[in-house]
Amino acid sequence: MLMNGARIVLEALAREGVDVVFGYPGGANMPIYDQLYDHHIRHILMRHEENAAFAASGYARSTGKVGVCFATSGPGATNLITGLVDAQMDSIPVVAITGQVPRHLIGRDAFQEADVFGITRACTKHNYLVKDIDDLAQAIHEAFHIASTGRPGPVLVDITKDVQNAKLAYHAPGPIHLRGYKVSLEGHAGQIRKAAQMIWEADRPYVYAGGGIVASGASEELRELAEMVEAPVAETLMGLGSLASEHPYCLNMLGMHGSYAANTAISNADLLIALGVRFDDRVTGRLEAFARHAKVLHVDIDPAEIGKNRLADLPIVGDVKHVLRKLNKILEETKATEGAVKADSRRQWMAQIRGWQQQHPLLYTPSETEIKPQTLVQEIDRLSGGEAIVCADVGQHQMWAAQYVRFNHPRLWINSGGLGSMGFGLPAAIGAQMGNPGKTVFALAGDGGFQMSIPELSTLASYGLPVKIVILNNGYLGMVRQWQELFHNRRYSSVELDCFPDAEKLAGAYGMKGRTVAQPRELRPALQEALDEPGPYLLNVKVSPEENVYPIIPSGGAVNEMILFEPQKEAVSS
Amino acid sequence: MQQLISILVENKPGALMRVVGVLSARGYNIESLTVARTLDPELSRMTIAVEVEAAMRPLLVKQILRLINVVQILDLTDAPVVCRELMLVKVEVTDQMREALLKEAEIFRARVVDAAPGAYTLEATGASEKLEAFLELLRNYGDIEVIRSGAMAMPRSTVDGRRGGKKKDLKNVRTDT
Repeated sequence: MLMNGARIVLEALAREGVDVVFGYPGGANMPIYDQLYDHHIRHILMRHEENAAFAASGYARSTGKVGVCFATSGPGATNLITGLVDAQMDSIPVVAITGQVPRHLIGRDAFQEADVFGITRACTKHNYLVKDIDDLAQAIHEAFHIASTGRPGPVLVDITKDVQNAKLAYHAPGPIHLRGYKVSLEGHAGQIRKAAQMIWEADRPYVYAGGGIVASGASEELRELAEMVEAPVAETLMGLGSLASEHPYCLNMLGMHGSYAANTAISNADLLIALGVRFDDRVTGRLEAFARHAKVLHVDIDPAEIGKNRLADLPIVGDVKHVLRKLNKILEETKATEGAVKADSRRQWMAQIRGWQQQHPLLYTPSETEIKPQTLVQEIDRLSGGEAIVCADVGQHQMWAAQYVRFNHPRLWINSGGLGSMGFGLPAAIGAQMGNPGKTVFALAGDGGFQMSIPELSTLASYGLPVKIVILNNGYLGMVRQWQELFHNRRYSSVELDCFPDAEKLAGAYGMKGRTVAQPRELRPALQEALDEPGPYLLNVKVSPEENVYPIIPSGGAVNEMILFEPQKEAVSS
Repeated sequence: MQQLISILVENKPGALMRVVGVLSARGYNIESLTVARTLDPELSRMTIAVEVEAAMRPLLVKQILRLINVVQILDLTDAPVVCRELMLVKVEVTDQMREALLKEAEIFRARVVDAAPGAYTLEATGASEKLEAFLELLRNYGDIEVIRSGAMAMPRSTVDGRRGGKKKDLKNVRTDT
């Protein structure tokens, strides 16, 4: 059956299992929107293309499926860029489909023309410019294949308007074969055997688990490994929930704002079992000082990650789930023999870590007169019980949430980890809620980031999505202010955010409920009210303005330069 | 020191830019670049000479290989290779000096490809150092104008590349090291 290119796009999407897309129409993608009009694929009209990309990302992060966003040529496509970079940095499978001006106008500075193929080259895993309808279906299916396999990432397909209007029969392509794209899933059997040996020879093994565990769905295998070896597991910002927060071996987050125990342990470990991680500078601080007593066993699906920042003593290129399955099997078979040799040292090691946990737990001074931001995230944690989806924006609140909110499962903690893009939280929550209709979804944002996404209140109201927006409002760009306090002699330059709108009126303007609280006793009832409300809710929480995130390892510092809590602040800033 | 890399890339629009983009995004300046179709019309072979710190070289190779369009990459920097460059040079030359010029051209196995009143155009191939030496000589004759192709390098090995001395076929390394 002959159909136009726009229809072929939707046929291909449907075949890829897409049921919702986030987007914004315009001149160059109108044929696609025309076909969407009576198609079963649901379209969520966002209020800005950047937010369409973030929503697709939130959908992908929370469901594990490919998130899809649409935008028109020129400004529509360029508005997607931040969202694409974000997905690239965090290895999130997103397919962006953009309209391009008709082929005969390309290169003639046509209205709303931009070199989107060129511009997005550096912020996608791969991209396509489709100028011939014969290539269209193949390009879309390849895009999904590339986005979702290997190390996931964003793929953009730019389609000229004449191709959207041209006619062809849709034929699903056969198995996709790309000459330059090979993914090795299994891991080298010999290396995995060596890994098992390395683990049993270690006195102080330490699992450093990252977003790769989430991407490959290896949580169960990670738990088995931790329990078999009786080894501590610290998670990166991207890996939170990969092992349940309350699991006895879970040390929660490591790195710049990680726990004392997680960071002290990594400095004392003699084996780093690095799983789906990239030794990010926010984790390692100064590389020369990072885990300097440890040998490194590094498992990653992307060979370019091996040895990028830290040389691996034993590299294994493969999907961490596949590798762990094999590794766990060998460990199980050898536990009684080889595993017994160092069992006592491993238990002592774990006991030592427990000591560190008790010595320096997360610490703040609660207040009865003002709401401490940590109290707020603890309240969210209490309501969530480790089960809610929490979409964070970027800044102090993100770190506090990462520290205090428990996650019993992967894909509950949604945040812009690598790029750290403000304005991410609310649109990501819209995507997450679309992918998880029955679940409680919090959009936690600072007053800065929230103001970048105010237009999406309209989307929430329009679709009646029951996202609970909680604003941790300290009247500042808090993280920048904190750095100015600690590292720039309290010269608070352009960080004060006055004139925040009245939350009740703002929500009311969109026909939503909302309120502002400032007193500690108001907090619980207000959060409960937000949860009880069947639709969206905007809760603005005024918190202590100058609270800082601790612990903190100053940028480029070493673990022993960690500032644990407020009183030590003076000593360091002088 | 210069890194010399040979890349087998799918012959598709944008493929060259992707490879170059990995280098330019890191602020590396490309010294020379050649690219043309291979026997397999779907593939092109690129030879790139680029100044890269030694520590970054393996990473750069892996990051280029990560590109979807890149089928193979060889780091030829320390490998036994045959490396050649083509140069066209136009030399201003007086009638009296023509004879001498032709003799020197012969030493460097350069050929005259065009002759015009007052100028010869010569074609020379060879290792870059040899071409440099030839240019030095030609400057003595008068003004010169030069176009160079950049280096093309091929590992000294059997045709299918199985025995490449120290060269590394990273497409094989990719499936686990």
